[in-house]
Amino acid sequence: MSNTYYDPADLKKFGDIADFEPELAKKFFDYYGDVFAEGALTVREKSLIALAVSHAIQCPYCIDAYTSDSLQKGSTEKQMMEAVHVSAAIRGGASLVHGVQMMNKAKKLSM
Amino acid sequence: MSKSLQAQDHDLANHATQLKILSNGIFVDGKLPTFKKKLEPLSEFPLKPTSIEIFQVNVGYMCNQVCKHCHVAAGPDRKEIMTRETMEQCLEVLRNTKIHTLDLTGGAPEMNPDFRWFVEEANKAGVEEIIVRSNLTIILANPKYHDLPDFFKKNKVRVVSSLPFYQADKTDRQRGEGVFDKSIEALQMLNAVGYGKEGSGLSLDLVYNPSGAFLPGDQTSLERDFKKELKEHFDIEFNSLFTITNIPISRFLEFLIRTENYEDYMESLVNAFNPAAVKGVMCRNTISIDYVGLLYDLDFNQMLVL
Repeated sequence: MSNTYYDPADLKKFGDIADFEPELAKKFFDYYGDVFAEGALTVREKSLIALAVSHAIQCPYCIDAYTSDSLQKGSTEKQMMEAVHVSAAIRGGASLVHGVQMMNKAKKLSM
Repeated sequence: MSKSLQAQDHDLANHATQLKILSNGIFVDGKLPTFKKKLEPLSEFPLKPTSIEIFQVNVGYMCNQVCKHCHVAAGPDRKEIMTRETMEQCLEVLRNTKIHTLDLTGGAPEMNPDFRWFVEEANKAGVEEIIVRSNLTIILANPKYHDLPDFFKKNKVRVVSSLPFYQADKTDRQRGEGVFDKSIEALQMLNAVGYGKEGSGLSLDLVYNPSGAFLPGDQTSLERDFKKELKEHFDIEFNSLFTITNIPISRFLEFLIRTENYEDYMESLVNAFNPAAVKGVMCRNTISIDYVGLLYDLDFNQMLVL
């Protein structure tokens, strides 16, 4: 066992999840492949969305993977940072919008 | 402008040192399979040539740029240059064989004083297609090169030029400060004489290579982005975009090692091995001639003296 929860080398072993449950893994990876194929959104746009989501869920594997992938697909560093800000804005906004709930409760409780 | 590895007296200027690095480490400790191991199950080993269709001539390592990924390690301080006598020998081969394409590379091939003579003679020799690998900025580097677009047009040269990105930042980081703006101006000059314009018969292709330790993305998607952005911002047109992978030799190898990206990059390369591409690899139908006239099956092998 490694001494840390996250080991960069584990990213390359992602496919090994099939060792314990091959059928569901196959379905997942097939689906994953289809999701990231060119569609109404370009592969470059999908990669930027994945990069933003990676930051929202704070997955270090995903951040490494989609930083490389976004560069590979031709995104600029500026576009990538804007995607991270979108993630931050949604996360920050998600906290702040609950402020309305706090206000509602506070108003109800207060004289 | 930075110096070439040779001028820095860098270890990696030596091809034997590069070969030692590339054939040891992860390829002997079992971490990664060798190319031979990948070919054997496909019954493609040893990989044999088909026929010679492309005659690629490196007319010298001198260049007005010092690009960070350059596998030739070209630059202004490189003095190796092909003589007219060696060019004569090349022309002799072209006259007496059925090779249809002459592919001129360097360095900046236009800097060879006999470059124009060579192109004109190759045309007289009846070569079907003459490709010049132009770095674009050479056209603006000196007034004596300003008429290159007209010269290319007159000699029906197909121009193939590197442009790693459609914006300045990434381009200049790889190819040098100010290279993007000059490349754009040069592309506009080529467009002005008809290059890249529909129906002109004058081909202008761009070559994309990644500006870092990652592989190129999908060619069709990148071509679409390049066409849209270059047209919209600079009114530039071109025919095709070719995406190429940086080869881990010379200056790019030095970058990979210095930035501790070497092992991961090699792993990406090995994982991207495409069995379908084996039949079409360049070294099967190309012959590469160095500036003194020695023959290789590929310019990458020329650089490694293989």
